[in-house]
Amino acid sequence: MTDAAADPILTVEHLSMRFGGLVAVDDLSFSARHGDITALIGPNGAGKTTVFNCITGFYKPTVGMLRLIHADGTTYLLERLFDFRISKHARVARTFQNIRLFAGMTALENLMVAQHNPLMRASGLTFLGMLGFNSFSAAERSAVDHARYWLDRIGLLDRADDPAGALPYGAQRRLEIARAMCSDPVLLCLDEPAAGLNARESSELNELLLFIRAEHSTSILLIEHDMSVVMEISDHIVVLDYGVKIADGGPDAVRDDPRVIAAYLGVADEEIEEAHAEAGL
Amino acid sequence: MSALSDHSAGRRLEFVTALKRALLSALIAFGLFSLLIGIRTDTGPTGALVLHGRPEALAIIVGLVFVGALVRELILGERHLMPSRLLPPALLAQAKSLSRFFGLALLAFAILLPIIYSSDRYLLDLGIMILTYVMLGWGLNIVVGLAGLLDLGYVAFYAVGAYSYALLAENFGFSFWICLPLAGILASFWGILLGFPVLRLRGDYLAIVTLAFGEIIRLVLINWQSLTHGPDGITGVPRPSFFGLPFNNDTGSFADTFGLEWTPLHRIIFLYYLILVLALVTNLVTIRLRRLPIGRAWEALREDEIACRSLGINTTNTKLTAFAMGAMFAGFAGSFFATRQGFISPESFTFTESALVLAIVVLGGMGSQIGIAVAAAVMLGGFEFFREFAQYRMLIFGLAMVTIMIWRPRGLVATRTPSIFLGKEKDIDAELVRQARAKTWSWRRARHD
Repeated sequence: MTDAAADPILTVEHLSMRFGGLVAVDDLSFSARHGDITALIGPNGAGKTTVFNCITGFYKPTVGMLRLIHADGTTYLLERLFDFRISKHARVARTFQNIRLFAGMTALENLMVAQHNPLMRASGLTFLGMLGFNSFSAAERSAVDHARYWLDRIGLLDRADDPAGALPYGAQRRLEIARAMCSDPVLLCLDEPAAGLNARESSELNELLLFIRAEHSTSILLIEHDMSVVMEISDHIVVLDYGVKIADGGPDAVRDDPRVIAAYLGVADEEIEEAHAEAGL
Repeated sequence: MSALSDHSAGRRLEFVTALKRALLSALIAFGLFSLLIGIRTDTGPTGALVLHGRPEALAIIVGLVFVGALVRELILGERHLMPSRLLPPALLAQAKSLSRFFGLALLAFAILLPIIYSSDRYLLDLGIMILTYVMLGWGLNIVVGLAGLLDLGYVAFYAVGAYSYALLAENFGFSFWICLPLAGILASFWGILLGFPVLRLRGDYLAIVTLAFGEIIRLVLINWQSLTHGPDGITGVPRPSFFGLPFNNDTGSFADTFGLEWTPLHRIIFLYYLILVLALVTNLVTIRLRRLPIGRAWEALREDEIACRSLGINTTNTKLTAFAMGAMFAGFAGSFFATRQGFISPESFTFTESALVLAIVVLGGMGSQIGIAVAAAVMLGGFEFFREFAQYRMLIFGLAMVTIMIWRPRGLVATRTPSIFLGKEKDIDAELVRQARAKTWSWRRARHD
């Protein structure tokens, strides 16, 4: 498991991101394997979401190379693709820490919007669709079927025609994941998918993520605070603290790593005194 | 016994609270109106301005506010003025099926109007004007209601359409039917041109830039004397013909060909049906586009632009197509306006027009086609109705706007019909739908906080 270098879907090399004088991510390198669930963890403000924003094109990294390798060997350099192209061409989908559904549109519509690019092609850039061509109707039917499949999967089939904003919180989380999956990604980036979920909803989420890994050729990159989620389903964990990688490995190795424990729980007073003594304070 | 006295004590307390609040309202009214109404300037005998007080007018206003506030407090108390509280719920539940029936009835009335009132020129002219604004409202609805891009310079595209037709007809002698699509194409070209610099802007900032764009177009029309004849405008814009048959009293004219007795009303009726068809085309295209991926992308853009980008939607193209589509319909309406008036000048394309069209869209309920049609009819019909009370017209207009925005903050039709269904069709309460603003701000929610 720790040998993530074999068959990688994503390799991050020497990624740094500075905002003025603040170094949010400092020389980070790691890789995620095809078909794995890779978790990115760390205390608040460790730079996890910044890494995500670099991977999904919302930030342009200051330094570094982000390489995405499809199963057929096609390679995309994500730091050179920008904005919507990362999702459209490199097929990286993401969810957001604060849910970003289209609240006034129904659950079904949300999933239809996610299939925009294939539908746009089928509608001949709107012109054929405007004239009611059969090819478009067929494409739309299959898009609805695809959406129906995912709604069934996340248990929202009976609420397909309800506005996304009116769904319960846990359902909104699942719908956002389904929406990302509808854009047919090779890499799914989830930013704290279990935030605000209760224990039952968390375990449902675990099931959903394991299902995605098992049934779809989608690798998952995950930011999460909920250790029950992280430890249970991750194949590989990368730990960040103050923008620096402090550990990288399987769940068991990371759990016992003293530096990880120190980052999460803090260190004993004696150790601080020792450190102060070394610094001459 | 004690329960009864408790009750009456509660009533008394309620009355005292209401009295206090009404007094406070009266005090605010006194503060506001003491300078606005209480004091009046006049030209004195020496030509200088003299001040004199009008205590009785001030007293009447403050008294009215006091009584009004007291009555409101006693009747409604803490509750808000909401139509759902004033109308029986059974009626509201039926509103959906009623509105569909209402739409068809409205369409039938619009088609039959020239037949029923075939000799009433005033009414037909009013109908043409209302339909022009309905068309403009439906066009702007694509930009504001669907894509959520607040556009305050929509009249610029209307002007581009009108001048395109007038200039093409004047310089090249093109007929109306050739100019109509050309005017649409030119206007949508200008829509894209406006779109590029404002791609990164949203909400209030976008509104300011589009406002400036509208003014730029108007100023260019005024100052480019050699092309547009400046403020004098363009006279003698060719009138439309019935597919080549002119509307006049000569041989080979429309009346002559069809063996009718010539009257100038023929042209008015033709213009009426022309704008009706143009408006219906706008409506049908919008309805169709909403169900296509591009329409859903527009609505998704209104809801959340960042989420759109994360789903691989090209937000640049999506915004530009919205601007282009909206502008195209304004261009069609503009060239219709030019051929109907026979004379155009920059005077006709001021900011007031943009504001009026936007008011129609907001009042109608953003995104609702039938709401916009009703709002256009109510507003322009209202303008005509209150023409006699010339000086109070704007006052009544303002009052009506405030009342409607309190009663129905999301416009007349405050629901959104989803573009696709798995099961049974049902509407979405507009509370959940984002509007074209910088931030989602709900009046009701803000009052509860």
